[in-house]
Amino acid sequence: MRAADSPAPAQPSAAAAAPPLPQRGGNAGARRSRLAAFLDSDLLHSFLRSKLVVLAALVSVAIVGAAFLAPVIAPHDPYDLKSLSLLDANTPPAWEKGGDPSYLLGTDDQGRDILSTILYGTRSSLQIGICSVLLASALGLSLGLWAGYVGGRVDTFIMRIADVQLTFPAILTALLIDGVALAILKHHTIEGGKFSILVLAIGLSFWVQYARTVRGVTLVERNKEYVEAARLIGIGPLKIMFQHILPNVLGPVLVIATINLALAIITEATLSFLGVGLPPTEPSLGTMIQVGNKYLFSGSWWMVAFPGFTLALLALAVNLLGDWLRDALNPKLR
Amino acid sequence: MASQSIGKAAAARLVLALVVLAVVSGSAEARPVKWARSGDALTLDPHAQNEGPTHNLMHLIYEPLILRDRTGKLVPTLATSWRATEDPTVWEFKLRQGVKFHNGNAFNADDVIFSLERALQPTSDMKGLLTFIEKVSKIDDYTVHIKTKGPNPLVPNYLTNLYMMDKQWAEANNTVTVQDYKEKKDNFAVRNANGTGAYMLVSREQDVRTVLARNEDYWGKGEYPLGVSEITYLTIKSDATRIAALLSGEVDFVQDVPVQDIERLEKTAGLRVNFGPENRTIFLGLNVGAPELQSSNVKGKNPFADKRVRQAVNMAVDREAIKRVVMRGQSIPAGVIAPPFVNGYTKELDRLPKVDLEQARALLKEAGYADGFQVTLNCPNDRYVNDEGICQAVTAMMAKIGIKVNLVAQPKGPHFTLIQKDPPETDFYLLGWGVPTYDSHYIFSFLYHTRSGKEGGWNGTRYANAGLDRKIESLAAEIDLAKRNATIADIWTTLSEATIYIALHHQMLAYAMKRDLDIQVSPENVVHMKFIAAK
Repeated sequence: MRAADSPAPAQPSAAAAAPPLPQRGGNAGARRSRLAAFLDSDLLHSFLRSKLVVLAALVSVAIVGAAFLAPVIAPHDPYDLKSLSLLDANTPPAWEKGGDPSYLLGTDDQGRDILSTILYGTRSSLQIGICSVLLASALGLSLGLWAGYVGGRVDTFIMRIADVQLTFPAILTALLIDGVALAILKHHTIEGGKFSILVLAIGLSFWVQYARTVRGVTLVERNKEYVEAARLIGIGPLKIMFQHILPNVLGPVLVIATINLALAIITEATLSFLGVGLPPTEPSLGTMIQVGNKYLFSGSWWMVAFPGFTLALLALAVNLLGDWLRDALNPKLR
Repeated sequence: MASQSIGKAAAARLVLALVVLAVVSGSAEARPVKWARSGDALTLDPHAQNEGPTHNLMHLIYEPLILRDRTGKLVPTLATSWRATEDPTVWEFKLRQGVKFHNGNAFNADDVIFSLERALQPTSDMKGLLTFIEKVSKIDDYTVHIKTKGPNPLVPNYLTNLYMMDKQWAEANNTVTVQDYKEKKDNFAVRNANGTGAYMLVSREQDVRTVLARNEDYWGKGEYPLGVSEITYLTIKSDATRIAALLSGEVDFVQDVPVQDIERLEKTAGLRVNFGPENRTIFLGLNVGAPELQSSNVKGKNPFADKRVRQAVNMAVDREAIKRVVMRGQSIPAGVIAPPFVNGYTKELDRLPKVDLEQARALLKEAGYADGFQVTLNCPNDRYVNDEGICQAVTAMMAKIGIKVNLVAQPKGPHFTLIQKDPPETDFYLLGWGVPTYDSHYIFSFLYHTRSGKEGGWNGTRYANAGLDRKIESLAAEIDLAKRNATIADIWTTLSEATIYIALHHQMLAYAMKRDLDIQVSPENVVHMKFIAAK
């Protein structure tokens, strides 16, 4: 498991070191030894060695924790329109002149508590981010495995589609999918419809990177002895792909997923900022920044500053984690 | 070598300085203006859309027979004089001689007849204004008679937004038929223009910029200041970006000033903010006529068809709060959709309903909606002052009485299409209505009359009342003003009782500009640049 191991099958060793691996069977003893192995691993050492990464992890955990506990810890429910009073609108933060202690970070133009809205908004942003990353990685992984393992025309077809999509910026693809989905669903206002559309739009615009990486690794792996052995004893291609090759490509996928999470959150914020994301009655961070942006010149700085800061912090922390993970899992940099 | 090149550089600088001097001194009599608005004109076809910003751009390029100026006065434009003849159903218009269209064609009676007939076509959005016309006929090249269906004392009032097109140009370019806007049709006149106005179209990129140059052959040269030599008409949708453009000096004039920025702009040296009331009321429309709402969870019946539900909505809207917070004082809360400028408006009609959530809930319960219901509210986000903010506030106010509103805010083009489609594709919408004729008939005809043929074009409520329609039609032919006003009062009493629209407020306007411009607010929110002098 050490770096001294032969560097050639780099990906498998890296993948084995990553903690969230699919575990086959295993009893308590095996688990303990795995835990011990993890505590002794390069990954943990390199993690603890960098203060910045530890800080990023702490910030991410804090923001994610606060966001998912929003209904418990938020002082107000910003989605409950009944509780809003227009007369509370535009209140500055508590420490400013005219502030109200029950609205710590002030209120927006509709009388929503900024702090509570940030908590709820971050929750929506994270939910959309995570779901779309799951969608993108599942799609990219399957297509990449398929293309790499089967090769030939299937490979060419999938990769040319990927190439075409790569020529468009992801935000354009997301806008296009969002617009088409909205047009189709114009007369069906389903609960949570906007959420699914955003997940679909962002997920479908980020699958290419996964597919290309997974295909590359699969091309190397499919000619290895263990795959050949599996084929010889008559195991079906699906089983080989998902049970034998998949664990060996998970490492790079994990890295892309972490970095893409930050990207997906920012894409959601961008779509909301452009007015095609979550509706203003259920604001995400992007929607809040869009609304606050209107008040930049009128002195109500808190409407845009706090959600903007939260978004920047979250994206930065997740990105730092992703960068570290990439370096830690890359044998060439070790 | 070196000294020679220095000499050259100095000479170049001198030339440059002279050029700059010439330009600066030239600007004493004329200057270009960069003008920013939140939304663009929807089309250039002069008869396809009866909509404020579209008229604003139209008035620069095209001209009507008679213009209404900022003070409400009727000003002779392409007609020099007009009068009702001995036969009270025939109006005579004397036309201005020597007027040329931008392409050089002469303006005459044939163009007037062509333009008015074009505006009466089924796809025209201006036809509702001209329902009184029976026939337009040419007496000689510069005299036109309009025969009305009955005696109508207000004929000139209806012509102030009716632009004159060049018959030859329209025929040559196959644009005799008016663009069908709501079906997204196109024609040559949508992208090109040939009017008689003080400014000529140079280039246009829809929703981005329109460039107009002063018409040096304009008939009104000498009569009007014409201090603006070139107009760049920009669409900047984002409030903050529009104001930033003015603060940085990139634009000279912002017509749609967000209320939250007025204070800051007034304090900025070198800028000027002018205020005034607009002849326009902002209100909510309810789908009262359909058997079932498209966007509601209530099936088999229409909650808005029940007057008690409409009254509950009316009682739940806190107009004073909207004025104070959303509009920052820049509105006059309203109880009727007629602005105070309009003949037929009374203080009595405009009395605000008391905000009473208890009673509103009781009314809903009585109507069988104790648990409320869902409905979608359609809202423009680039047309009226803080339109989306108003809709958000209404959404929260409706939640307080149990009506769960899904808010859909979008640019005015698609929003207006929802209302104008037949049948309308909205159950609950925000609209603002200005009254260029200064008379209630205009409101009745467009907003209350059953949608049929020429009238009811903007009635998205599906309200249909045959008795009322007859009364509205009788106004067009009533010569006795006292009797006419009595009918108007009678119609308003019926409508006030029926609560078809929920009036919100009469809109106030603020224009912001560089100090060397002085553009006053016009109640129609149409800026006639030819009246502006350069300083």
